[in-house]
Amino acid sequence: MAIFNRRHFLATAGAAAAALPLVGPALAQEKVKIGFVYLGPIGDFGWTWAHNKGREALEAALGDKVETVYVENVAEDASAIPVIRDLAQQGCKLIFTTSYGYMDQTIEVAKEFPDVKFEHCTGFKLADNVSVYNSRFHEGRAVLGTISGMMTKTGTLGYLGSYKVPEVVLGVNSFLLAAQKKNPDATLKVVFIDSWFDPPKEAAATETLLNLGADIVTTHTDSPAALQILEQRGLYGFGQGADMSAFAPNAHLSAIEDIWGPYYILRAQAIIDGTWTSSNTWDGMVDGTVVVSPYNAAVPADVAAEADKIKAGYMDGTFDIFTGPIYDQDGNLKVEEGKTLTLEELAVMDWFVKGVESAA
Amino acid sequence: MQMTPEFFILAIVTIVGISTPILLAALGELVVEKAGVLNLGVEGMMLVGAIAGFATTVFTGNPWVGVLAAAAAGATSSLIFGFLTLSLNSNQVATGLALTIFGTGVSSLIGTAFVGRIVPQFGSIFPPELARDPILKVLFGYSPIVYFSIIMVVLVWWFLTSTRAGLILRAVGENDLSAHSIGYSVIGVRYLAVAFGGAMAGIGGAYFSLVITPMWAERMTAGRGWIALALVVFASWRAPRLLVGAYFFGVLVYLELFAKASGLSILPSQFWAAMPYLMTVVVLTLISMRDRIGLNAPACLGKPFLPAT
Repeated sequence: MAIFNRRHFLATAGAAAAALPLVGPALAQEKVKIGFVYLGPIGDFGWTWAHNKGREALEAALGDKVETVYVENVAEDASAIPVIRDLAQQGCKLIFTTSYGYMDQTIEVAKEFPDVKFEHCTGFKLADNVSVYNSRFHEGRAVLGTISGMMTKTGTLGYLGSYKVPEVVLGVNSFLLAAQKKNPDATLKVVFIDSWFDPPKEAAATETLLNLGADIVTTHTDSPAALQILEQRGLYGFGQGADMSAFAPNAHLSAIEDIWGPYYILRAQAIIDGTWTSSNTWDGMVDGTVVVSPYNAAVPADVAAEADKIKAGYMDGTFDIFTGPIYDQDGNLKVEEGKTLTLEELAVMDWFVKGVESAA
Repeated sequence: MQMTPEFFILAIVTIVGISTPILLAALGELVVEKAGVLNLGVEGMMLVGAIAGFATTVFTGNPWVGVLAAAAAGATSSLIFGFLTLSLNSNQVATGLALTIFGTGVSSLIGTAFVGRIVPQFGSIFPPELARDPILKVLFGYSPIVYFSIIMVVLVWWFLTSTRAGLILRAVGENDLSAHSIGYSVIGVRYLAVAFGGAMAGIGGAYFSLVITPMWAERMTAGRGWIALALVVFASWRAPRLLVGAYFFGVLVYLELFAKASGLSILPSQFWAAMPYLMTVVVLTLISMRDRIGLNAPACLGKPFLPAT
């Protein structure tokens, strides 16, 4: 077996190399190496940008004890495996794989490196050395939906989606349910563009949604392209992952900001202390992981007040958008009155609520 | 949504926006390939043009200057390719791919300083009453670059079919040794063609960063350069067909998005996601079969020019 031999050789060589520094003065504590696998470029000003901010926060907080490395533009296919494996072979003790589509690849590489800890973002597969972590973005989308329900003139909203994965389905449902609380007839047109980052297609899809009558579009893809189109048309939308108001000062009503730094610091400290265990973390607004950006001046005071109520409800635990009665696209009652969907149920949600107009 | 005239006009305006950058880049590549050179670096040159155009507009405040800078930057990067393949006879396929990697990297590097900046946009070249009219904007409501792209299709077609210079360029692409033996500078013609291709790809890239979404984001062309390359083959190296092909591509993209937004499921989304790869396979198959099916490919396409001394 060639692979076995090569690994065996590497292990031997590694042991030899590791022995060498002991000869010299080895008083300085060795820094813990931490790897990050990014979906897009760090300059996307959205999803990957936010993860990289988290990495920078980690370096700022624990820079004397940790060293970080990252790889950008890693596709969500089999090609992610060698990237993750390479980070492990470089000596990373903790590796964050920051997109849903790395789930099986992370599990596979984790089997090869039982001593390395892995953290997979937005997935649901755990192992002894694999944790999952996620953020309850849908809480923020309920705030955006509230604003949209009150500000739409046509009653038709648009949602620029990436893939039909649970994270996005939750966002779609939360956004529309919140809008319907303010405007019961509101409907939502959803386009999945089969990519997280494709500015030309994001722009074309946004135009298509507007052509079909939507007057507010929220994005669940990673570039500010949609906001650029909305700015040109004099309409409104929201940023994703980061405050994108610089790109569209008039169109940008607000945004969901992903704040990953505190979690990254917590987990890195656990590695340093030797207390890391596999866990399933799904933080929300109350933990500071999901932050709603400041509202645009175009948001009227009464709308802002209603939006703030949703925020406050999530902060003190008195509000949950996924409280029944909730009907699905075909009008079937999916959540009975008074019942609230659990996090386990949310994690695998694959149906849309009533009023969503999208190919299932 | 009623099928009003406005509805179709909105669709047409969106489709033109999707098609124009691909048309520009493909038109440049068509001329390059007609001269017998295969430059696979279109994606990289588009990105170089996108960042050069954007950065220049940030500094000068004038998008026209930005477009000129994009053309110059695209041409400059293509001349690196030209020097390696034409003067040093390196492999065109490998060098073109390297140009794409280079363009992606250098644009990301320069672009870091320009993330989050905003630039002034092109005004309309027509009176606003025409450009904003819900019906007439189908003719007058576009960026100046759109009209430029149409004019260039006509000019390239006229140049290739009706001018002496165009005939020489085609001769260089069809039979470089013959062109050489009657005294034409094969390498000189090819350099000019490559520079033209780079300039057009650069303008195509600037269409993304200055017109569709006036911003800089790394890799913002997201693979459109490869579609432009495929389009040249589908158009069988003819400019009018290229125009039709680019707009047909725009219609396909729009139909996909339209169907999804309307809640129609024509084909599974996985099929659309696989589409670029399927198309690449088809194009590569067509290129490899070009002699048997008479694809009109320039006979010297991709071959180095090695005259007997």
